[in-house]
Amino acid sequence: MKNHRSFRIVRASALLSLLGLAIPSMAEQVYISNEKDNTLSVIDLDSLKLISTIAVGQRPRGITFNKDFSQLYICASDSDSVQVMDVKSQEIIANLPSGEDPEQFALHPNNKHLYISNEDNAVVTVVDTEKREVISQIDVGLEPEGMAVSPDGKWVVNTSETSNMLHWIDSGTHKLIDNTLVGQRPRHVEFSDDGKTLWASSEIGGTVSVIDVATRTINREYSFHIPGVYKDKIQPVGITLTHDNRLAFVALGPANHVAVIDIAQQKVIKYLLVGRRVWHLALNSDETRLISSNGISGDVSVIDVKSLAVLKSIKVGRFPWGVAVKP
Amino acid sequence: MKTRIPTPLSLIITVVYLVLYSLSATALTKQQRDIPILFIEQKHVETPVLSNIRRTPETSGLDGTQLGINDNNTSGRFTGDNYQLKATLVNDDSEAAAAARAWIKDGNAFIVAKLPAAALLKLSRDEDIAKHAILFNILTKDDALRRSQCRPRLLHTIPSRAMLTDGLAQFLMSKRWKKWLLLRGQRVEDKLFSAALKRSAHRFGANIIEEREWQFNADLRRSAQNEIRLFSQAKDYDVTLIADEIGDIGEYIPYNTWLARPAAGTQGLTPTGWHWSIEQWGAAQLQNRFSDYAKRDMNDIDYAGWLAVRAIGEAVTRSNSIRGDEVYQYLMSDDFQLSAFKGRSLSFRKWNGQLRQPIPLVHPNALISQSPQEGYLHPHSEMDTLGYDRPEVNCAFEASIL
Repeated sequence: MKNHRSFRIVRASALLSLLGLAIPSMAEQVYISNEKDNTLSVIDLDSLKLISTIAVGQRPRGITFNKDFSQLYICASDSDSVQVMDVKSQEIIANLPSGEDPEQFALHPNNKHLYISNEDNAVVTVVDTEKREVISQIDVGLEPEGMAVSPDGKWVVNTSETSNMLHWIDSGTHKLIDNTLVGQRPRHVEFSDDGKTLWASSEIGGTVSVIDVATRTINREYSFHIPGVYKDKIQPVGITLTHDNRLAFVALGPANHVAVIDIAQQKVIKYLLVGRRVWHLALNSDETRLISSNGISGDVSVIDVKSLAVLKSIKVGRFPWGVAVKP
Repeated sequence: MKTRIPTPLSLIITVVYLVLYSLSATALTKQQRDIPILFIEQKHVETPVLSNIRRTPETSGLDGTQLGINDNNTSGRFTGDNYQLKATLVNDDSEAAAAARAWIKDGNAFIVAKLPAAALLKLSRDEDIAKHAILFNILTKDDALRRSQCRPRLLHTIPSRAMLTDGLAQFLMSKRWKKWLLLRGQRVEDKLFSAALKRSAHRFGANIIEEREWQFNADLRRSAQNEIRLFSQAKDYDVTLIADEIGDIGEYIPYNTWLARPAAGTQGLTPTGWHWSIEQWGAAQLQNRFSDYAKRDMNDIDYAGWLAVRAIGEAVTRSNSIRGDEVYQYLMSDDFQLSAFKGRSLSFRKWNGQLRQPIPLVHPNALISQSPQEGYLHPHSEMDTLGYDRPEVNCAFEASIL
C-alpha cells in the first residue's frame, strides 16, 4: 500500500516536471495560527490542501510576514514573546522581547519597527526587529488589541477593547496624539491603501466605523442584518479591504458570516456563510481569493472574490486565529 | 457610621497608581473632571450554618467596585476624567440614609449600594435622595424590587432571583430535565428562591413534582448520607432543585439523593451573575486584573460593583457630562451599551432599571453553560427571556425617564 502511494507520488511529480513550464514555480501559501494547538497550519492555495503543520510557541494569535516574506512574526501570547520564523526552513530563529501577553501587532513600512499590543497591561510595545530590542512602550487604554500602521508610516493606531477607543500614535515620536471614541469593544483596524480612511470593527457594538484619517473622526458607520441571525450575535472582528478600495470584507464572529461592503455604494452587498465564529481575514496577492479563519469549527473558508462564493472549507488546527498569505 | 480604614497594601497601590497616573497623563488630555462615587455597605452578621462552607469574602463588592474605578481611570487618562471612591460602612438603614443624604448635599450623585432590601427602599423612597442620587444595587436579588417596588433612579446590576432561575430553567429544559424535586430551607430567602423556581417552572413548562422543606438540625457532615437519601426519596424526578441561599444543607445534596440524579439551584449547577471560571470574550483579562488587585477570585457581587462603575464611566464618556441627571438620562437611553465580557452588549431595562445580562451556569470549578439558551426568543432582546418582562411589571419606573 505504502509503496503503491509513493509510486503514485513519483509518477505525479514526473508528470509535473514535464509540465514544469506551464505551472508557476510555487503556489501561494496560507499560514494560519491555531490558538489552542500551539501550531501553524500551511495551506496550498492552488490545491486548497493542508500541506504542513508547524509547532510554535504557546497560544499563537496575530501573525504577519516581513516585506520580502522571508520571515513570519508570530504573537505567542502565553509565551510572552513574538517569535520570528524563517519561512524557508520553517524554524523559529528568534524570540523578540514583546512585553506581556502580545496579541496583535503591525509592522511599520520601514520593515523594522513592530508595534505590539499587550492585552494584559494597557501598553503598546515597539520592538526593533533588527536589534531585537524594545525601543518604546506607550500607555494606551484597557485591553489593547487591534493594531495598524498607515501606508505612509506616519500613524500607528491601536484599539483598546474596554476603553472603546482608537489611540493615534505618532510613529516618529512614539507619542500618543489623539483618541477616537468608537462602539463597544473595538477589535480590529485597517487602513485603506490610499491612507485616507481607517476602518474599525466594534465587536459588541455590532458596527464598523469608517474614520477620516485627516480629522480622526467617524465618517460613516455600518451595521449588519442577516435574516434569521439575532443581532446580538453579529459581532464584527476582522476587516480586509481590496487595494482599489472597492470592497471591504468584515468577519462577523458568531454570526458565521462574512459581510461584503461595496465601498462606493456604501452598502453591504452580500453575506457569505462561512465556518463558526469567523475571526480574521486575508486576501491573496492578486485578490482573487479571500481566506477566513473560523475559530469554533476549526477550519478556514476559501472565498472566490470575483463570484463572491465560498469555494471550500479546509480543516486546520484547534481555534484558528490569524491568517497571512505568502505569494 | 464608620469609614473603612485603608490597609497599607491598598494605600501603596493607590500611591503607585497615582504616580503612574500623573506620569502618564499627557499634555494632550482634556480638562480634568472629578467623578466621586460613594460605596455604602451595611454591616451584615453572617448566619451560622450547619455545614462548614466557604464564607463570602468581606470585601466582596468593594473590591469589584474599586477595580471599576481603576478601569475607568485607565480610560480617564485620555478623557481627563478622574474617578474616586469613598467607602462607608453603616450599621443600619438610618445610617445608610444619613450617609446618602450627606453625599448628595455635597453635590454628588453616584452611589454603589451593598445594602439589603429594607435599606435600598428607605434610600430610594427618601425624596431628597431619590431626586439627586443614582443608586446602583449590587447585592439584593429580591424580585419585588424589580416588579412592584421598583423606584426611579434605583438601578440593579446584580441579577434578580427570577433572572437566575429562568436562566437555570432554560438550561434544564434544553436537557429535557422536566421533572423537578424541589428541596428548600426554611429561611425567607429560601422561600423567595423557591418561589422564583416555581415561576420559572411554570414559564418554561417544567413540572415540580413536590416541594419539601428541610426540618432537621443535625450537622450534615456526620449524617448526610442517611438524611438526604430519605429527604429526596421519591418515585421519579429528573433533577433535584435546591433552594438554600446561605448553604445550610444544600452542599450535601449532590450525590446523596435517593435517585441518581443531578442537583441544581443554589448548589450543584448554580446560576450566577459571575464566576471565576468565565474566560470567553476577553473575560480572562478582567479576571487577571481582579485577582492581581484583590488577591482572590472575582464573585458576582464584585462583578455587579464593577458593572455599576463601568456603567457610570460609559455614560459619562458618551454623554460627555458628569451631571447626575444627564448621566441618568443617558444610562436609560437607547444609546447606552455596556460591553462586559459576557458576549453581548448590556443595557438597563426601561421598565424596572435592571441591567439585562446573560446568566452563567456554573459548578464550583467550571462554567457549564450560559443562558439565554438557543431557541428562547424575544421580540426585543433574547436576554429579556430572563427575569420579569415589561408586561409583568407594575411600578412607576418608566415615568422617571424623560
